[in-house]
Formats: sequence, C-alpha cells, structure tokens
Amino acid sequence: MARTIVITSGKGGVGKTTTSAAIAMGLAQRGNRTAVIDFDVGLRNLDLVMGCERRVVYDFVNVITGEATLNQALIRDKRCDDLYILPASQTRDKEALTQEGVGKVLDEMGKTFDYIVCDSPAGIEHGATMAMYFADDAIVVTNPEVSSVRDSDRMLGILASKSRRAENAEDPIREYLLLTRYSPERVERGEMLGVDDVQEILSLDLLGVIPESPDVLDASNKGAPIILNEQSDAGQAYTDVISRYLGDDVPHRFLDARKKGLFGRLFGG
Amino acid sequence: MGLLDLFRKNQKSSASVAKERLQILVAHERSARDNTPSYLPRLKEDLLKVIRRYVDIEPDQVQVTLDSDGNQEFLELNIALPEDR
Repeated sequence: MARTIVITSGKGGVGKTTTSAAIAMGLAQRGNRTAVIDFDVGLRNLDLVMGCERRVVYDFVNVITGEATLNQALIRDKRCDDLYILPASQTRDKEALTQEGVGKVLDEMGKTFDYIVCDSPAGIEHGATMAMYFADDAIVVTNPEVSSVRDSDRMLGILASKSRRAENAEDPIREYLLLTRYSPERVERGEMLGVDDVQEILSLDLLGVIPESPDVLDASNKGAPIILNEQSDAGQAYTDVISRYLGDDVPHRFLDARKKGLFGRLFGG
Repeated sequence: MGLLDLFRKNQKSSASVAKERLQILVAHERSARDNTPSYLPRLKEDLLKVIRRYVDIEPDQVQVTLDSDGNQEFLELNIALPEDR
C-alpha cells in the first residue's frame, strides 16, 4: 500500500512544484518506488521542473478516460530508476479529473509504489481538492508572508473536512509545515516572519525550512530537482526534509543569518 | 543590530505587525470554521432538493450561512431565483 502525500498551499508561487519534484526525487533516491503526479490540469509544469517535458506522450486525464494505460503514461526518470512522473493534461476541461477516476488511478498505483506525491495546483478549486482528497499526509508549503500564511490556514480547514479520511471518519491526514523562501537575514532585521512566528500561528509540525536561494531558479532552468544539487543550501535543506519525513530526528539548519563583518555590524541592514 | 538601527528602535518591526495581524485573523477565521455545524452542507443539499422540485436552480444559487451576534445565532438562507420565472 502506497502512502499518498499532497503538496499543497492555497497560494500560488510559494514553491509547491519545486517541493514536489524535490521530495519525490529524494524519496526515490533512497530506494522507495515513488510516483509524482501533476494535478494542475490545464497548466502543466511539473514535467518542466523534472526535465522530462519532451517525453510526455500521455497524461493523467488520458489514463482516467482510458485512452492510455497507466504504464503508457508514466515517465521513468532518467536519473533515478525508482522515480516516475505522471504529467498533467493540458485540456481546458477541469472536471476531467473526476473523483472516481482519480481514486481508481491512485488505487492502481498503490499496488506498485511506496509513495505517491501529488503536486496540487494553487487555489481551492476542483484540482486542488482532488489532489488532497485521497491524501494520507499533507505538506503545507508556506512562505513567511501574510497572504501565504493565511491561505495555508484555510487549506488546513479544507484538509480537515474535504478528504476521504475526514468523510470516512478515519485518522485525519497528517499535516506538516514546510517553510520556503526563508531569509534568516531579513528575519533578524525584523522584516520577515520568523519560523517560530509562523509555527505559532499555524501550530503545525515543522518538516523543514528551505532558505531563499538562487539555486532554485537554476534548478528549474535545468529541469533538475533542487535536491540533486548537493552544494546548495536549499538542496541540503530538502535532503533533511526527506530524513525527517522518514522519521529521523535531524536538526534544522540554515535558520541563522550568516555572521556579518565589522562594517556590516556597524551599519546594520 | 547596527548604529542605524538605534534611530529606528522605537518603531515596531514590520514582521511583528504581520504576526499580530495574522494571529487575530487566523483566530477569527478558525472560530468561524469550527463553529459551523457539520450538518450545514447536508441541510443545504436537502433544501436544494426541495427547491428544485419547484424551480430549476444551480447549487451555487443557494447559500446557507450561520452567523452569531452575542447570544443569538442566525441561520441565513439566501436563494437566488432565476430571473425569467
């Protein structure tokens, strides 16, 4: 039985797809058979971030409608044998993602995969609710910024009511906070909400803090998930996230500002 | 903390303003969420069924909300009927 993880946020542009790509790659690198599904019907993007955009033949909706089999649609990652990508459809018909159809595909995938990572679209519309409906775990991607924190809290409300687990009165979805685009320097200057502030407001288990990093853009430019960049702070932070998700007690890194020189200290920020 | 910060000292940092605003907002939105009785969606569905026996309306044309004002609670039902009836 696979464990289904939804990467969600409500707000757009906070790093859901970057996170989905990194987490899927990270889980697969450790020998877990992992699939990552793009739920953003109409706006396909995960394939680009994963670097397999030219290998897309069939998509998620094709599998639901029976135009393709799951095996035909799944794209095997060239860097990691245990990782597969199921791209989103570019159809404009958002309702193509039926709950029954999604459930059937996830059931079939559940037989052969250890983890299914669902990359949710932004918003609280159909695609986003479908991505979370079957989830066992939810990773709520949040920026230290007012609108993102508020939207994350709204998503928590939806996770608690509109999921299979909620409807069947099973154990609730396990919810984790992932703080992205974090700038310790700005937090120190009082310009940005700190990790403790966000955690206090949302009261969620902290899965990790990803520092703001130019390497993230570089990774998506190249179509290589950021976790593959072992030199990068952000890549290392995602590696820690995987360890924590799998149950290791790893201390949080990159939370403190880099020490400034004498000049910097005299004149502040 | 640099020399320049001394002049800004008495100003509250924007991050702490953000935190205060969020704490108030999130508490408010959560209480609205948690106080909504779980039967509300089913009530809405049933109402919709009854209304549909007489008028052809879309689900989003019926709004059921629960508001409270002090000791009183208001169940507000808002039905938008199609114009050509």
